[in-house]
Amino acid sequence: MYLKAENISFRYKKDNWILRNVDLSLGSGEVLGLIGDSGSGKSTLCKILSGYEKNYSGTVSIDGTGIPPGIYNPIQLIFQHPEKAVNPKWKMKDILNEGHVVSQDILDSFGIKKNWLHRWPNELSGGELQRFALARALSPKTKFLIADEITTMVDAITQAQIWESILDIVEEMKIGVLVVSHEKNLMNRLCHDVVHLSHINNI
Amino acid sequence: MSTAATINKGLFRGLNLRQKTILLISFMSLLLIAIVTSSVFIDGGSLSTDFGSKNLAPSLDHPFGTDWMGRDMFIRTLGGLGLSILIGAIASTISTLLSVILGLLSSVGKIEDSFVSWLVDLFLSIPHLLLIILISIGLGGGATGVIIGVAFTHWTSLTRVVRAEIKQLKTQDYIQISRNFGKSKWWIAVKHFMPHLFPQFILGTILMFPHAILHEASVTFLGFGLSPHEPAIGIILSESMRYLSAGYWWLAFFPGLSLLIVVLSFDMIGENLDKLMNPKKAQE
Repeated sequence: MYLKAENISFRYKKDNWILRNVDLSLGSGEVLGLIGDSGSGKSTLCKILSGYEKNYSGTVSIDGTGIPPGIYNPIQLIFQHPEKAVNPKWKMKDILNEGHVVSQDILDSFGIKKNWLHRWPNELSGGELQRFALARALSPKTKFLIADEITTMVDAITQAQIWESILDIVEEMKIGVLVVSHEKNLMNRLCHDVVHLSHINNI
Repeated sequence: MSTAATINKGLFRGLNLRQKTILLISFMSLLLIAIVTSSVFIDGGSLSTDFGSKNLAPSLDHPFGTDWMGRDMFIRTLGGLGLSILIGAIASTISTLLSVILGLLSSVGKIEDSFVSWLVDLFLSIPHLLLIILISIGLGGGATGVIIGVAFTHWTSLTRVVRAEIKQLKTQDYIQISRNFGKSKWWIAVKHFMPHLFPQFILGTILMFPHAILHEASVTFLGFGLSPHEPAIGIILSESMRYLSAGYWWLAFFPGLSLLIVVLSFDMIGENLDKLMNPKKAQE
């Protein structure tokens, strides 16, 4: 199964292209790294791939078929700021099970403790919230995961723990992952292959 | 208001902030419910004129004194407050309903949004009291006139709050994530929007109460509201004006003070409910 982005172009203003004719391909079970300078359009590309940004030209498809809106999106995006990705008026167990009922295995591998489930989001730290965001996105229906700087806010040890859990799960579930980060060392450890956005972006 | 909840002696000793707040809210609610229920059960006999005991100063028999017709001011005040609270309740409920409908309407599209904003600006550009008097007279005065007058002038601020809240919510990441999970618009509106909007509705209604009551009293005081035979606070106050210079201070003092206490109670309930409903303070 392949996630393909073809001829993706995006601009905010006329003649001010952020992305131009970008092609990207990601296979099931593949871990692909994406590097780029600040403001080069990495996050925009992530949003386009996962269906958050609609005003673009080009196509995003899985094995040749487009992504239909209104149903569970097999391409799930994890945001850089987990505290913005949770409804502050919901308890953690509702947030966790919004997309699907998260299995005990996933909870264990991310180290999500039982008593966290009855707390409010503001009572957990950024790293803890990010584990919830990951666990709820890894449903059986998820085929690809876009990780947009998801461990920037945590320390090195937590970063290693979180990525170890993700790699275990995606390998087992045959999920393709696009890793966006600034840290070259992390990328080299995690990814099978690394692309530089400026090499595939024709502006 | 916040000072009341942080007192840490006497009755409040050993309780945490949450328990103190609940205690305060229940006490205030009990007071208001007592006023309304007792005003309902006042029988006509206790309000009959008795010229043998007219213009008496406050005493144990008549805690608020008596007026120039020998009526007990305590019972009249109680009746007036009950009426005011009932009118306030109806008026602020109608007002909240109006603002919910208009707030939701503004989230539908651009044209609807400009229409609602225009309507809000229109109503805000006319002084409240003037508009209430106009509507009240237009509807023939009386309780209906006052209720509709107050209801149709107090929806603007809550509408603005609801409109802004929906606008802000729509751009949140977790709303977009929910859409990406395949959730329907209706599901998102109920599950994601309502927890944010519901406290606004409740607080809006409760905090509208004091406004509604005071406006009812002032319109009635000016003679455009309830008819003179009803035991409204506004009527009591305007009548007692004529007797103030004669030294009958209790005719205006106790009813005025009671009105103030009722209004402040509603304000305190509203502000403390806000503390309870805000999850940021849930575990304190």
